[in-house]
Amino acid sequence: MKIFILKRCLYGLFTVWFIATATFFAMHNVPGNPLNDEKATSAEIRKNLEARYGLDKPLYQQYLIFLTNMAKGDFGISFTQKNRSVNDIIKAHFPVSAALGFLAIFFAGVGGVLFGALAAHYKNRWPDYLLIALVVITISVPSFVFAALFQLALVNLNLYFDIKLLPIAGWGSVQHMLAPSLILGLGTLAYLTRLMRSSLLEIENAPYIKTAKAKGLSESRIFFRHRLRNAVLPLVTVLGPAIAAITTGGFVVESIFAIPGLGKYFVEAVHQLDYTLIMGTTVFYGSYLVLMVLLVDILYGFVDPRIRMS
Amino acid sequence: MQSADSINTFSSEDFLPLKQVKESVINQNESLDYWQGSWKKLRANPRAMLSLIFIVSLVSFSLFGPLLWRVDPARQDLNQLSQAPSMNKQAIVVDTFISWQPENLFGDQGIKHLSILSPAHTSSVKLRWPINPEADYYEIYRHEYQPSGENDFGLPLAETSKEENFYEDRLNLEPQTYFYTVLARDGEGKLLAYETIETGLEIAVSKKDAEKHLQAGKWKKVSEHEGVLRVELSSHPMGTDYLGRDMMARLMEGGRTSLIIALIASLLFVAVGSLYGALAAYIGGQTDNIMMRFADFVIALPFLLFMILLKVSFGIRPGESGIGVMVFSLVILSWPGAARLIRSQVLVLREQNFILSARINGAGVLHILWKHLFPNVLSLILISLSFAIPSVILTEAFLSFIGLGVVPPTPSWGSMCQEGIKTFLFHPHELVFPSVFIGVTVLAFNLLGDGLRDAFDVKAE
Repeated sequence: MKIFILKRCLYGLFTVWFIATATFFAMHNVPGNPLNDEKATSAEIRKNLEARYGLDKPLYQQYLIFLTNMAKGDFGISFTQKNRSVNDIIKAHFPVSAALGFLAIFFAGVGGVLFGALAAHYKNRWPDYLLIALVVITISVPSFVFAALFQLALVNLNLYFDIKLLPIAGWGSVQHMLAPSLILGLGTLAYLTRLMRSSLLEIENAPYIKTAKAKGLSESRIFFRHRLRNAVLPLVTVLGPAIAAITTGGFVVESIFAIPGLGKYFVEAVHQLDYTLIMGTTVFYGSYLVLMVLLVDILYGFVDPRIRMS
Repeated sequence: MQSADSINTFSSEDFLPLKQVKESVINQNESLDYWQGSWKKLRANPRAMLSLIFIVSLVSFSLFGPLLWRVDPARQDLNQLSQAPSMNKQAIVVDTFISWQPENLFGDQGIKHLSILSPAHTSSVKLRWPINPEADYYEIYRHEYQPSGENDFGLPLAETSKEENFYEDRLNLEPQTYFYTVLARDGEGKLLAYETIETGLEIAVSKKDAEKHLQAGKWKKVSEHEGVLRVELSSHPMGTDYLGRDMMARLMEGGRTSLIIALIASLLFVAVGSLYGALAAYIGGQTDNIMMRFADFVIALPFLLFMILLKVSFGIRPGESGIGVMVFSLVILSWPGAARLIRSQVLVLREQNFILSARINGAGVLHILWKHLFPNVLSLILISLSFAIPSVILTEAFLSFIGLGVVPPTPSWGSMCQEGIKTFLFHPHELVFPSVFIGVTVLAFNLLGDGLRDAFDVKAE
């Protein structure tokens, strides 16, 4: 197990290095000198930036400076926001995105298992067909459409009941989180539903289920102790990609629901060509995703011993 | 006859009820090659065929639609901004603005109720009401819904003095139904009485505009009596957007943008990935190992982040579309999926005898790849293509929606969604049409992919 974890960590570290390198060279490829831009006009700022990033030095030295800074966890200073370091921005806005993302994962996980189990239970009857149809629609339609429809529904519901059931946009309380995180998790929820259904149907005739039936266990006990436990296993493997999808999905949801998360900041940074912020957030997001995938891998190694053996 | 021994070797499977064997769609006597058989199976799959028909009609809608629907997608119809889908919409021709000076309207003149002077149109609505002897002044309100009580009259328009029992509304009128309410108040502001009237508004066009378009043959004359001319405006079967551009023409043009990006990018990255995967598998050994390790790293790159990063990297400024760069980035970031799939298939194929015999006969690597391996993985390539296209369409829509993909004025379904969401609450069709097009296209390609997978009888992950 130790070797398995160590290997995974090393691999994760390599991936982060690859992401950082790709980011560095992608940003180095930007035509023209970013410091000549009207963005950084003052000569002092220019000189400071040049000194800090070693822009007067050869490429490989710049790359080394960049790597050491990243390794120290120093993502630099924002190009467009005065006196604000990228670390500050990440510190202030990432927790918002993370909270939203984890709630979304929670919704997706619980909903996916629940609906998947329902669909499998009513296999080839109308609730199954209905759920499958919903899953297909959810996967085919972009998430911002659902966000807009959901907001419209909320406006009408709030008007109809003449009270504020849920806020339509904004941030600050738990109520504010519910609608956006549900929308954010919707695609993953649909995907997990489909996966859960097929994984439940796959083990329908597994020998251990037959044994449980032969022992005379009750339906509910068989379901919770034997079916559910084994069917949930494959779902853990897709958690990594799901976290990635939800994290980047945040770009859209955060701007529609006016949430001050890092995703919204990243999109704004690209619009304003805030190069350091773009680089910093890319490397940060990349490392975060690698870390999440790593944790999921290790978790899966614990849950399913067959994985760490191979 | 079975011997006594074999009776004891019954397994549990022998006691399962026999499954009903589904009748094969392929006639056993008919001799079909692989492709003919697959095509026959695909044709027997109604969902896949429906999707295929839909995709063909969608492509023709985008490609050949503009030949039939000759409306410039960039032309603005300023008389019909944000119009819901409609055909043969009529409009009333009005003179250029002459202020309503109803000197002879002061006083009671036998008016019993709040009334609206016909015709009411988007250029002006003229109200008159009876004088309330106790009133000190009147307030005029306009609402889009039936007022529900004394606190719900809608938008306050004006106050008039007690002698002035008429009002002309010219404020941002839209061709829809309005509820006008006139309130009579006494000197202390106490509400004495109020009356509400409902009216639907006609579209008004100016005389100059009408003459120009009638001459050009774009509008048709409908009726003319008592000096009031009515014309038929240009039709917009799918409505117009917030700048008055025809939605159908834009959906055709946007479809072309979205589909071209999707087709070119998918073709390229599936081709690159297949070649890479096939080479890695065919060469094998340490080269294969290193090549696939590299592919793993590329997969680990956060996809959307790097789509955006590469856009910045190639100097595409915010506000520029950079479709070429978008296709390039899609290829750079998406090829490993196809590479893995094809590699696993080639790993199996390369051990087979027909490859061995080709090698014995002295065939080169490229010859073997093209003549022997390619035909055998073509079905896999087709399947991954039909799953790649919808994912590219969704990516394009996502990026365009956050303003980092195709940006206005170039229409694509994604950028149309981005424009449509701004006015979504009032004019839902501007968001609904492009998103339905995206949704149904993605769905069709996915179902076709499922159908292909079944038809080719491939076990894909």
